[in-house]
Amino acid sequence: MTARDLPSLTKPAGPELSLHVPAPPAQRAWRLKSFVRDRGALVAALFLVTVAAVVVLAPVLSPYTSDEADNLARNAPMGTAGHFLGTDQQGRDMLARLLFGGRVSLIVGVVPTIVAGMIGLALGMLAGFFRGLADQIIMRCLDVIFAFPMVLLAIAIAGAMRPGVLTEVIAITIVLIPYFARLARTATDSVLPMPFIEAARAAGGSSFTILMRYVLPNVFSPVVVYATTLMGLMIVVGSGLSFLGLGVQPPTADWGAMVAEGRVVLRKAPHVTVLPGLLILIVSLAFNFIGDGIRDALDPRTIRR
Amino acid sequence: MSVLPAPCLIVENLTTRFGSDRAGATVVEGVTFDLTPGRTMALVGESGSGKSATALSLMRLIEAPGRIIAGKVLLGGRDLLTIPEREMEDVRGGQIGMVFQDPLTSLNPALTIGRQIAETILAHRDVSYAEAERRAIDLLLRVGVTDAAERVHDYPHHFSGGMRQRVLIAAAISCSPSILIADEPTTALDVTVQAKILRLLHDLQQEMHASMLLITHDLGVVAAMADTVMVMYAGRIVERADVDTLFHAPRHPYTKALLACVAGIEDDRSSPLEPITGTAPDLTDPPKGCRFAPRCPMVQDVCLRTDPVLRALSKDHAVACVLVNKEPVDA
Repeated sequence: MTARDLPSLTKPAGPELSLHVPAPPAQRAWRLKSFVRDRGALVAALFLVTVAAVVVLAPVLSPYTSDEADNLARNAPMGTAGHFLGTDQQGRDMLARLLFGGRVSLIVGVVPTIVAGMIGLALGMLAGFFRGLADQIIMRCLDVIFAFPMVLLAIAIAGAMRPGVLTEVIAITIVLIPYFARLARTATDSVLPMPFIEAARAAGGSSFTILMRYVLPNVFSPVVVYATTLMGLMIVVGSGLSFLGLGVQPPTADWGAMVAEGRVVLRKAPHVTVLPGLLILIVSLAFNFIGDGIRDALDPRTIRR
Repeated sequence: MSVLPAPCLIVENLTTRFGSDRAGATVVEGVTFDLTPGRTMALVGESGSGKSATALSLMRLIEAPGRIIAGKVLLGGRDLLTIPEREMEDVRGGQIGMVFQDPLTSLNPALTIGRQIAETILAHRDVSYAEAERRAIDLLLRVGVTDAAERVHDYPHHFSGGMRQRVLIAAAISCSPSILIADEPTTALDVTVQAKILRLLHDLQQEMHASMLLITHDLGVVAAMADTVMVMYAGRIVERADVDTLFHAPRHPYTKALLACVAGIEDDRSSPLEPITGTAPDLTDPPKGCRFAPRCPMVQDVCLRTDPVLRALSKDHAVACVLVNKEPVDA
């Protein structure tokens, strides 16, 4: 075998060398794949989907309603016959309360964060993109909201309305908007000086095109990641509102309220506090894992092939 | 010499200033030239001489605190400096395509390259996205991206620098502009890749019979690509000539000095390169006479007093130097 028979190392494939691997069929599929490949995010997502499905099906799955009290079995420990996870200080089945309480907690954690995320994203992008008067009006108004401590303001807003889930959701949404708007504005600020924005203008892109196609995709991912880290926290804040009587009212269950009520029997029946507390913890963690996964999936630089 | 076709872009007395009237710098001053279809005009000068500012002024992309304070840019009978922004958006990318210096950062990292080229097409042509993407694939093939049908789905970071510049060129020519502005298109690239990109630009320009404004500080690139050359110093055109004249019979001391800075492969090492002494003037407080006077080896008293204007020596040659203008024009 002579050297001539050896495969050429410098095969004239293209006009120049580039790292070429077959392209994906579609970018969405690849983003999904990148997410799936992230084990932590996948497990977290499956867990949350299960939790969501279970709490939605609570009326079907639960052996009891959430406020059905068994006066003979107060503070029953876990494993009691008929009450798998025990009962609370009023003899209500813990499993049933956790299932029904999850509905409120998930709504309060997820809905305000998503709504505030979208509103804050839009406001922050507009302020950062148009600067000047629009920037001043938007950001100064939000600064007013910012000036109050988050929970205190939520209490004030919720206190001005009738207690209930909707009140909780609205109060938390309003409180969160400035946080998202700040983030979006800063991210917009860092994208605008990039040469690709000038290149987009030179290619005839209108302000709307540049905002939607060039700014938004680069601002979206930090906002999504931030949102997932807030979801767990908002479950806790929502619980705090309930605890103060501004959110859902007893006997309606919600995980945070359960923790609060359980503290009086903490020594006698720790499971009443620990079980919802653990759920809040795990669900918050799951949201964080998902946030990391989404960040990686949205960032084209981390797409592995 | 054959008669040249009518110019497609006429720039008159273009003047751009950054900052306020009192404090600020006029980075482009009284620039006048025209571009001819099928021909390449090179704009050379050192960093900060106003080359890029000139290009951005043509495109009306000067951002605050900069503004164009005088001049006309005539394209197809319209003055680009006075038309509404909405019409200007059609001109950008539609009639004037622009290729930027840094291919690494001139592409949006969050969009596939097919999408980015398609966006330019969609901004100017009334076609569906599928059609725009199909055209993007054709364009990528045209600029030498193999497997274009698959690579339209790739993101910029999957491409090498040279390949990204090809993508940017594809986007710039996507609407067959009559004018192509290339702002230091090869500065960020390897020498071997540079040659390929220049070749590509040249071929495309010939094929589209477009006129090209090539901005560069590389005189080697000028020699290879340009028909006409303008030398810019401190915001002004100091010499304009066809490429042969400029290299073989430069008249402005700055042009001469610039040529003396270039290393040739056959150069004798015993005569080292001659750097131009001093630095470019501070444009917030320009010198009173000729702006090159403080660095000029041939400076005379008159240079410090008189501000030279660009004066034609012959049909193809103009120089802004008091000393040259005093000499008799030789054949």
